[in-house]
Amino acid sequence: MITKRIIPCLDVRDGRVVKGVNFEGLRDVSSPVDLAKFYSDCGADELVFYDITASSDGRKLFTEILCETARKVFIPLTVGGGINTVADFDRVLKCGADKVSVNSGAIKNPALIYDAAKLYGDQCVVLSVDVKRVGGEFRVFAKGGREDTGMEAISWIKRCVDNGAGEIVVNSIDTDGVKGGFDIEMLNAVCDMVSVPVIASGGAGKISDFIELFKKLPKVDAGLAASIFHFGEVQIKDLKNEMKKAGIPARI
Amino acid sequence: MIAVIDYGVGNLFSLESSLRAIGADITVTADPEVIKKADRIILPGVGAFEDAARKLRESGLDEVLKAEAGKGKPFLGICLGMQMLFEKSYEYGEHEGLGFIKGCVKPIADVIPPDYKIPHIGWNALIFKGAVNPLFKYINEGDCVYYVHSYYAADCDESVIAESEYGANLTGAVACGNVFGCQFHPEKSGDVGLRILKAFNEMEVQ
Repeated sequence: MITKRIIPCLDVRDGRVVKGVNFEGLRDVSSPVDLAKFYSDCGADELVFYDITASSDGRKLFTEILCETARKVFIPLTVGGGINTVADFDRVLKCGADKVSVNSGAIKNPALIYDAAKLYGDQCVVLSVDVKRVGGEFRVFAKGGREDTGMEAISWIKRCVDNGAGEIVVNSIDTDGVKGGFDIEMLNAVCDMVSVPVIASGGAGKISDFIELFKKLPKVDAGLAASIFHFGEVQIKDLKNEMKKAGIPARI
Repeated sequence: MIAVIDYGVGNLFSLESSLRAIGADITVTADPEVIKKADRIILPGVGAFEDAARKLRESGLDEVLKAEAGKGKPFLGICLGMQMLFEKSYEYGEHEGLGFIKGCVKPIADVIPPDYKIPHIGWNALIFKGAVNPLFKYINEGDCVYYVHSYYAADCDESVIAESEYGANLTGAVACGNVFGCQFHPEKSGDVGLRILKAFNEMEVQ
């Protein structure tokens, strides 16, 4: 039976993990390599490295750190942030990324998903989308959730899947940071429309939020979160054990 | 030495890294002379069957691999590399494989319920078939491995050593004498995957 995936997301700037993390037994909490290894040992099913670097020097450092991680961590790695061209796909795939997630890059150039899927396969192309309710509809936001694109989210997602996006990360701006649970209503609307894996993001604050997610929406394939894992509010081992107790297939 | 066959199909970074992590002596190569000197051979692959089969044929590597596998060298196909071991594939038409193992490659859509997503992607548990194969000597039944595929090996019952359940029991791994295949990616399956590679690295000429 296929298991539900738990995915920690690491924001990386200039080759270092941005959000302060504090773990016992972890030598360097801002080293992406050490943190990735730590999460892999704890049972994370996949890792997302999100590059929030603005400079080209920082981008070079990111690529180096990605290579080093892929040499030591043997679970799937997804890279996002600053992916605007097929050349960006090539750059991170060569360093050991398995999947590449696009967000603003696809909004600026919708052909990017098609071109990348053709070259590297659908399974390699992840659409990440920031969604917020505006005037009774789900809207796509760009620039890290700061800019309303005016596009309706479900049709945008559908269009990207038709173009070759193999997985969708749905990040609800409405629930992000609130820690009151995932956006079940929004995720349900997405799951109804697409047949590719859906990864829920935004809103997890505790273990029961994941249980509720997978119980209420069996079509959701994975749950993604950042700070609750980094700050140790949710331990992946405990989460997996609780999932198993609740009858949700989990890799332990 | 393990020769990892580089025939321009997919990215070998992770496979190379994982083999180095278990201390294997490896060479990523397309050179027939190096392949002939190797003690073990790994045929990786991600992408389309037709394209991969053509690349093997056009480079003449298909004949080299047939000769070396015929000598009893431990041989492991991974993902598309596993699918290449079979007689033929029905992925977009009908294409000939290496024919090391009896069977063929078909769409998983043929056997799984319509509400299951394709590709089969994620971590799934191994269900062993028959006696535990030496490839699995360091892992346990029920251990999870990482899959990404839309096609599966069919009509190969006698060589199936593990399956995973995804609405139907899909071929997870096969063995036929010295030839082994994993549909999943051991190089992306954490410790379990590394232990499978370690077991392969300890296999001797049969």
